Amino acid sequence: MSESCKYHLVCGMEVHAELKTNSKMFCGCKNDPFGAEKPNSHTCPVCLGMPGALPVANKKAIEWTIKLGLALNCKINLFSKFDRKNYFYPDLPKAYQISQYDIPFCYEGVIETSHGPIRITRIHLEEDTGKLLHKEIKGEDVSLIDYNRSSVPLIEIVTEPDIKSPEQAEEYGRALRDIIRYLDIGNCDMEQGGMRLEANISLQENGKEGLPNYKTEVKNINSFKFAKQAIEFEMERQEEILEEGNIPKQETRGWDAKKSVTFSQRTKEDAEDYRYFPDPDLPPIRFTTEQIEKIRKDIPKLPHVLVKEWKENYGVEERYSSILFNSPSEAKWLEELFVLSKKEGLKANKLVGAMVNKNVKYNFTDKVESVINEFKKLNKTDDVSDDDLIKIIDNVIKANADTVARYKAGEKQLINFFFGQTMKALGKKVDGGLLRKLLTQQLDK
Amino acid sequence: MLNTLTLKQALDKLDKKEVTLSEINSDINKAIKEKNEELNVYLTLNDIAVTNTEEKSSLAGLPIAVKDNYCTRDLRTTASSTVLDNFVPQYDSTVIKNLRKAGGHIIGKTNLDAWAHGSSTETSQYGRTLNPRNTGHLPGGSSGGSAAAVAADLCIASLGTETAGSIRQPSSWCGVVGLKPTYGRCSRYGVIAMASSTDSPGPITKTVEDAAIMLNHIAGHDQYDGTTTTKEVPDFTSFLDQDLKGMKIGVVYTNIEGLEEIKDTFLEQIKVFEKLGATVEIVEAMDPHHAIGVYTIIQRGEVSSNLGRFDGIRYGNDRSFFGHEAKNRIMLGTYTLSKGYADQYYNTAQKVRTLFIKDYKKLFKEYDVLISPTSPGFAKKIGVSESSAMFGELEDMLLEPSSIAGLPGISVPCYRDQETNLYLGLNIVAPMFREDLVIKAGDAFEKNTKWNSWRNK
Repeated sequence: MSESCKYHLVCGMEVHAELKTNSKMFCGCKNDPFGAEKPNSHTCPVCLGMPGALPVANKKAIEWTIKLGLALNCKINLFSKFDRKNYFYPDLPKAYQISQYDIPFCYEGVIETSHGPIRITRIHLEEDTGKLLHKEIKGEDVSLIDYNRSSVPLIEIVTEPDIKSPEQAEEYGRALRDIIRYLDIGNCDMEQGGMRLEANISLQENGKEGLPNYKTEVKNINSFKFAKQAIEFEMERQEEILEEGNIPKQETRGWDAKKSVTFSQRTKEDAEDYRYFPDPDLPPIRFTTEQIEKIRKDIPKLPHVLVKEWKENYGVEERYSSILFNSPSEAKWLEELFVLSKKEGLKANKLVGAMVNKNVKYNFTDKVESVINEFKKLNKTDDVSDDDLIKIIDNVIKANADTVARYKAGEKQLINFFFGQTMKALGKKVDGGLLRKLLTQQLDK
Repeated sequence: MLNTLTLKQALDKLDKKEVTLSEINSDINKAIKEKNEELNVYLTLNDIAVTNTEEKSSLAGLPIAVKDNYCTRDLRTTASSTVLDNFVPQYDSTVIKNLRKAGGHIIGKTNLDAWAHGSSTETSQYGRTLNPRNTGHLPGGSSGGSAAAVAADLCIASLGTETAGSIRQPSSWCGVVGLKPTYGRCSRYGVIAMASSTDSPGPITKTVEDAAIMLNHIAGHDQYDGTTTTKEVPDFTSFLDQDLKGMKIGVVYTNIEGLEEIKDTFLEQIKVFEKLGATVEIVEAMDPHHAIGVYTIIQRGEVSSNLGRFDGIRYGNDRSFFGHEAKNRIMLGTYTLSKGYADQYYNTAQKVRTLFIKDYKKLFKEYDVLISPTSPGFAKKIGVSESSAMFGELEDMLLEPSSIAGLPGISVPCYRDQETNLYLGLNIVAPMFREDLVIKAGDAFEKNTKWNSWRNK
């Protein structure tokens, strides 16, 4: 879209993520569709939708959904239920998907991005479908169905149309993935389909209030980069249509990653009526505030909170701390490290700098004491007396009279030159702060 | 003829070694050979031989007939629809598992209205079953095959399922005992779903005593059915032979239109309760006609969703094999759940359902049990259902309120017409999980009247 554009992006996202519970959402089958040794090996009458089979909800999956909701500042419905979403597709053995219609577990949350906050409309829990494989076998086109993924717990996170740029959409996706992984409730493997993105995209004329009178939905996006590209593509496509005085069609589009284009899949006219109704096989679910608070207590401090705290308490810069850890246990280890480094009078920021730059080798299984020792060794200074040091400094000053003159004329940054020269002449490690102090003292004489 | 033994009698005789299991089986097989072709009771017979085991079990290997909507491992299960003509389940429903564990032997799968849609067995795609009491008449339905199997002594006891009348109405028409347990008392896992929010598996037997024995073995919490109760299962036989003194009985629906034919007979027969020490009062209840609408809408909606899985991709036959009744119900249910209509129909029906539940709560503050005729009349003549789209709903009207409220109920024979040999049934309803009360009242009635054909040979 051109810089002089008179439109701005209005975009909301729907993200699906599989939960990594041991068993599936509504039966006891192993939840490991990617690790299965054979197609249809992790199946039973329930996830195959056999006549008479009944679902029983996975408690852990429900708790994890609420956990994510709480982490994203959502409100929790104390009364909730599962509904049937009826539609025909070969990968859906019961001809309905058990989902949540009007009372999702979580609603009205918010997630922060560097481009501003994005409100979360709702998070609900449902079951994944089977997987269709279209193949040619003995010269014949066939479609195969693998139900290993059928009834794997799947959460859907829906945002308000708060996303203002393709970059923000990409950042949102990554942030969400990071939180789900950090909570240890999902792997979010994009390539395997463990996390899937959809974006509702439209353009509004600058200065106009409210939502545009159309939107297109782009489905089947399986990377954050593609989400950004798809939105960029749609913005250009829609701008062209709007500039011609037309309104883009209300439709569902797919993303062709090879060609980097979106393409029409379904228009509104044949939008489906899912005939939602409460699933009579699953009793409604009621929570007490105590139960919710118990789940809340189990939520670890999220990375962005920790990063902020560490900056305040230990002076650790975000550029270091944000890349150092991926799990609550790693965060806990770092916290211990910072506490000890403070106690030892060491600068935590220098320590993590050395860790990031691999000058200090470490492992999260190491004792924090040994890492501290490693760091101390690296920074150990040789014993040089102040008098000896001043002698060497004076020699450097004598040997570089021209530079001293420039220094005195105001080029104060030349202090670094003297610093380097002194260190070279010294051939030993000394405290940088002390050296700098003495250098200034001698130069200013 | 040992096939005419009740379950209790058979168990006693086996226990005392007066008869052997193979003697009983041989008489049952003989009866089946003689009558099954005419009556069309069994769709599939189990040819897996039972060894006359010495090992003791509660049901001692006795032959039990099972409605053909229970999934039975390695035994064809059709729900009387040709869509499932060659469907052989890979698993046993929980009730069947429990029954087998108790030593019951499944002798065969009985006919029903296709997908349990109906009250006559005339919607079965394998032909109608005839009423053994009078073969010019229908057995009722949908568990018509199981009721007929009991009435004709082609089994010792049987299993049916009820969504709204499907155990009690055929039991009434066939002159046998039908016990519909509380919704959630017996697992629905493995029962081909009709209306999931009211489906209740239960026994159809020769006596109330037999029903109590059967219920002991099939009831209980099931980890595979989230709607089953975790309440303890009492020994239901402990409620037999009890005194009715002090029991408060409310008589409902006596003034309903269409009951004129049988009203006086019915009121005459229930006088025995007063003799047994109970108090009996006629009481107003919410008009059961409203239940027809509620039930029709909820049931059709759930049916349209439940039958979606028979999409032709699995189970052999495709959707063109659905019969007329199923198609009717799928279309109506699809319509009532559609966008813009769900509020008007499905959600409104749920609200009226709540009104029935409230009405029952009020009534049960005053009365221990509520009684009424099971059906508005005697078994209808064959062919009569075919011209009436709402046939089942009208026949089951007196049972639908208690079904949509999830309550337990029993039908026991309360009159026999000498000329036609056809029966009327007495329906006894109690609060949730109070099967004890319907067993107690039903057993007392049965033992103090002459209408049970096994007790009064």
